Amino acid sequence: MTDNTMLEVRNIKRDYELPGGLFKPKKIIHAVKGVSFKLERGKTLAIVGESGCGKSTLARMLTFIDEPTGGDLLIDNKKVDTRPGHLTQEMRQKVQIVFQNPYGSLNPRQKIGDVLGEPLAINTDMSAAERRDRASEMLTKVGLGPEHYNRYPHMFSGGQRQRIAIARALMMNPKLLVLDEPVSALDLSVQAQVLNLLADLQDEFNLTYVFISHDLSVVRYIADEVMVMYFGEAVEYGTREEVFSDPKHDYTRTLFKATPKADIESIRARIAKKKAAAAA
Amino acid sequence: MALLQIDNLTVEFETATGWFRAVDGVSISVEKAEVLAIVGESGSGKSVAMLAVMGLLPWTAKITADRMLFEGRDIQNISPAERRKLIGKDIAMIFQEPVASLNPCFTVGFQIEEVLSIHLGLDAKARRARAIELFSQVGLPNPEERLNHFPHQMSGGQCQRVMIAIAIACNPKLLIADEPTTALDVTIQKQILDLIMALQAKNGMGLIMITHDMGVVAETADRVVVQYKGRKMEEADVLSLFESPKSNYTKALLAALPENATGDRLTTVSAFFDGNPEPAPGVSA
Repeated sequence: MTDNTMLEVRNIKRDYELPGGLFKPKKIIHAVKGVSFKLERGKTLAIVGESGCGKSTLARMLTFIDEPTGGDLLIDNKKVDTRPGHLTQEMRQKVQIVFQNPYGSLNPRQKIGDVLGEPLAINTDMSAAERRDRASEMLTKVGLGPEHYNRYPHMFSGGQRQRIAIARALMMNPKLLVLDEPVSALDLSVQAQVLNLLADLQDEFNLTYVFISHDLSVVRYIADEVMVMYFGEAVEYGTREEVFSDPKHDYTRTLFKATPKADIESIRARIAKKKAAAAA
Repeated sequence: MALLQIDNLTVEFETATGWFRAVDGVSISVEKAEVLAIVGESGSGKSVAMLAVMGLLPWTAKITADRMLFEGRDIQNISPAERRKLIGKDIAMIFQEPVASLNPCFTVGFQIEEVLSIHLGLDAKARRARAIELFSQVGLPNPEERLNHFPHQMSGGQCQRVMIAIAIACNPKLLIADEPTTALDVTIQKQILDLIMALQAKNGMGLIMITHDMGVVAETADRVVVQYKGRKMEEADVLSLFESPKSNYTKALLAALPENATGDRLTTVSAFFDGNPEPAPGVSA
């Protein structure tokens, strides 16, 4: 069993220090207060929580953007030395991230071909022609075409841009992909396409996903395991069935209750209630 | 008589490649105390149509309509001065980005009292009292203290509450909410929706809820208009829309909801619908 673990996190913590002023003592924000989980290869862990609960901080630590202030991070059963300058190139290639806003995460002055070729240019000694081939190949994989190679980000729609961001993340053949709210900026119809793409890619490359979201209907659809975070702590962690059928923590229940329901029974119930209120 | 009646509204913008039609012959009517939801993707013209009603579009936009009536009164060709009297008093709007739609240079107290002084002509004391009353009505804690706060001192949810307080300050007859909860967390979304619906029921306002979230539609609307690429695809009461959608586009939208997933892939709108919107007729109001 243990050899199939892709990612293990043990009691990981991140504190941010707010510098004090002349009369203001300095303040420490505990953004993530000791989170642990284990994730198997090819599975999807969804992290749910409201803004400010530390889910993006956790994503930043998993992708080595931020250094944890405590705890261990194990990838492929190897402890990662997250101190600046101690990360191996190999480790960096294993983990990639897709950001929330595809309008902000692509350089407007960079052609798509260069966006995709850049990771290769930095990390490998491939020739320009090889990079070009790989980039075109990847474009086809994410549902775009080689004809898009020379275009700029502004020429694409939001869904297409998110495809490009996913393609960029996949260029180095990562094993773990951290997706920070990848579909929350997208329309419903485009969201379905991107979610399908993610599912296809997961099957093809046996990718492990850490999927951060606040949309429970998306989480229910995509996740194998679910973790609910609240004020920097993991208040609920289990398989999708466990969490959705029998939520343990109060906050999880509040979250479920707050999610709008689009099934016909709840609409009927609401209309009946409204009629009763109007009659009274 | 309908509270708001728009017939055959068309809005066009001039672009380098000719006129772009953002709204294409849309007719909408809202009754008193009715909740109408307008659903569509980005670019479907749902916001632009409502901005045209409010007269908030830039002068470069070409707006044509057979009729635009509010309480039987023409609002298409009224003078700017008359429009200013109407907008903010009888028709109010809540925007998507609460933090961006408040003025960062003034306290929220100033911004709400501004509405009260312009439209109702209240004196300073009465304004303050009414502002405090409104703030407590929308559920802001410590309303008196809040009056002296600037928008940046508050969270997104609190800013949206301030926006709602400003919008309902003059007891409008029609409230237009343009994606009021898109920028907020689910738990806060629930609170804000509950608040808007409670105020709507209490004041008997007509409410137009613009959204792209089918969940929000299901939770709030009486009647729903589905828009796609500037055209009205379907209009139905909320139950029949979810139960037996008529237009292919609505069917596709509902099938794309993750909770309606069958099997391990979602139905995408394009697979269902192939980009061919059926001719708009057949959806007459």
